[in-house]
Amino acid sequence: MSKTIYVPCDSSAVSLGADRVAKAIQAEAEKRGIDIQLIRNGSRGMFWLEPLVEVATDKGRIAYGPVQTADVASLFDADFTNGGDHALSLGLTEEFDYLKKQQRLTFARIGITDPVSLDDYLANDGYRGLDNALAMSPADVVKHVTDSGLRGRGGAAFPTGIKWNTVLNTPSEQKYIICNADEGDSGTFSDRMVMEGDPFVLIEGMTIAGLAVGATQAYIYLRVEYPHALVALNAAIDKATAAGYLGDNILGSGKAFHLEVRLGAGAYICGEETSLMESLEGKRGLVRFKPPLPAISGLFGKPTVVNNVISLASVPIILDKGGEYYRDFGMGRSRGTLPIQLAGNIKHGGLVELAFGLTLRELLYDFGGGSATGRPIKAVQVGGPLGAYLPESQFDTPLDYEAFAANWTVLGHGGVVVFDDTADLAAMARYSMEFCALESCGKCTPCRIGSTRGMELMDDIIEGRDLDKNVPLLRSLCDTLLNGSLCALGGMTPYPVLSALNHFPQDFGIDHQADIA
Amino acid sequence: MTDSSTMLSTVQAIAAALKDKPGALLPILHGVQDALGYIPSDSVPVIAKALNLSRAEVHGVISFYHYFRETPPGKQTIHLCRAESCQSMGSKQLEGHVKAKLGIDYHETTADGAFSLEPVYCLGNCACSPALQIGADIYGRVSPELFDELIANTEAAA
Ligand SMILES: Cc1cc2nc3c(=O)[nH]c(=O)nc-3n(C[C@H](O)[C@H](O)[C@H](O)COP(=O)(O)O)c2cc1C
Ligand code: SF4
Ligand code: FES
Repeated sequence: MSKTIYVPCDSSAVSLGADRVAKAIQAEAEKRGIDIQLIRNGSRGMFWLEPLVEVATDKGRIAYGPVQTADVASLFDADFTNGGDHALSLGLTEEFDYLKKQQRLTFARIGITDPVSLDDYLANDGYRGLDNALAMSPADVVKHVTDSGLRGRGGAAFPTGIKWNTVLNTPSEQKYIICNADEGDSGTFSDRMVMEGDPFVLIEGMTIAGLAVGATQAYIYLRVEYPHALVALNAAIDKATAAGYLGDNILGSGKAFHLEVRLGAGAYICGEETSLMESLEGKRGLVRFKPPLPAISGLFGKPTVVNNVISLASVPIILDKGGEYYRDFGMGRSRGTLPIQLAGNIKHGGLVELAFGLTLRELLYDFGGGSATGRPIKAVQVGGPLGAYLPESQFDTPLDYEAFAANWTVLGHGGVVVFDDTADLAAMARYSMEFCALESCGKCTPCRIGSTRGMELMDDIIEGRDLDKNVPLLRSLCDTLLNGSLCALGGMTPYPVLSALNHFPQDFGIDHQADIA
Repeated sequence: MTDSSTMLSTVQAIAAALKDKPGALLPILHGVQDALGYIPSDSVPVIAKALNLSRAEVHGVISFYHYFRETPPGKQTIHLCRAESCQSMGSKQLEGHVKAKLGIDYHETTADGAFSLEPVYCLGNCACSPALQIGADIYGRVSPELFDELIANTEAAA
């Protein structure tokens, strides 16, 4: 009987050699006359073990990793296609602590199924949410999303149901759904993993959004840095269209929904929703003034839902199991689960989906296993390049939007970037200013000019020039950015800069807390 | 490479095929860059005409986006990640090595035309930092030694 072998197609796995390993396994099996079926699954999100090869056995899937091409012959010698023992054996995948301790709702299928197999998707609870939504009124669909407590996972944490309700109640002959797949934050890859590892769940979520608000045309604005996601999305869109899940008459309901992927072009600011819409319209990505809200006048001036990939990919399970099911996870006003991305200098980097409420420390040590270099963890940047640096003393903060806000920190898109004690936080603060200068859309002066000025100031500070004058200047510049910027690029660059300064003054050449006032 | 008239007919064909899409400019620019490796200045009037825009508008859009380039790239473009996660795993040292090895800075092409070097701000490979891309291929946990190996393999394959 043919043996089923899984080798991830996820681009992080590929970056560590998964394509070569897949080829080598195929070739070796042919050479030995062993009948195998090789499936390219998504990643389980345990990147220190990638390429993670799995074999289906009677007992469950058995994992081997990290596998390199040089290991392939010995794996066959060890009869791994029957789960044989090998130096790289990791046992049953389902028994891994890292996975067992998670609550995978949005990521339920990722790493398990063939991402572009519609049959796999349907066999694993796929399209049950859409079936339910088709039997409901649009207002009831929106109500489920509102009841779930889902807040946007793209950064601003705005309640998704409220946004949808506004679009539903704004009459227009044309409305749009936009999926924000610009995922520009350093330290984040959950959107990428969904698009590469389970594109149908995003397509289903967008289709439900379309039904809910009465939109028939949708776009996925995908960053150009994600070529593997583009291929997976287009393959899944073709299959969904052929099977009647997209098109003029979804599943015979008489309702239309069309979906197209559009590529960005390397501009971080185009992740901001109004800049994104300008870009989709074929223009420079200049941020728009709000109001009008995109929900009232968005793409081409029409009512538009803009949601992050994870927000939309969480909708199918909400419509499948009900808003209350989802709302029962989490704490406070942070409901459901957050796919956290453990990145940077961390031993066990990867994807951890959990209900809100775990502390950063549990995440860093229980899941992450400490730093990759084995040195003490000095600082953690949460929430991307506009997120604050947290020192050890803040590691007990629970992952919750409000708890983070109370610390003047942000959860953002759930990216956690770890730095060991060799990191220089003054250099990181300079980089934040440089990044702001590079990516500024140029519409407002504090951001356009202030970021360059901030870079120069940081150069002076790093050189130790006139600290008693330059540090207060840096603070006042941050003040201007905080208060005088149109969007969060200029408005939040002070988060990483000031948190670095406040928590790590010694890196700025300041010995005493008193000097930093 | 392509002479000017075939270049222009390529651009015309791409623009004609895509111009009726809503917001067609970015898809057209991507099409041109995919086909030619860059967006030649001669193509700007053709694109502008197809979309009923001014040349300045088209040029303004090209220059806004880091990914679009107006000069021909080397045979392979190396995109080196400069963002925070990669910095936490030594991308600065890797950057120094890459620049010294190739003898070029960012936005430059080696004298033999083999490699162009561009910065990139996250490849979504942050659990495997530092990361870079050579052509369409992505690599993670790239040490200076691994980089040398990758370059040697690319050159051998060329
Ligand atoms: C500078 C900047 C960059 C942003 N980048 C992204 C991004 O890459 N992806 C994203 O989903 N949201 C991003 N956002 C947030 C969006 O503006 C918007 O809030 C989000 O797409 C709404 O979707 P959600 O409610 O599902 O989170 C960014 C915001 C700013 C100010
Ligand atoms: S803060 Fe910066 S990026 Fe945002 S609108 Fe102003 S200039 Fe543009
Ligand atoms: S920061 Fe380098 S890949 Fe994300």
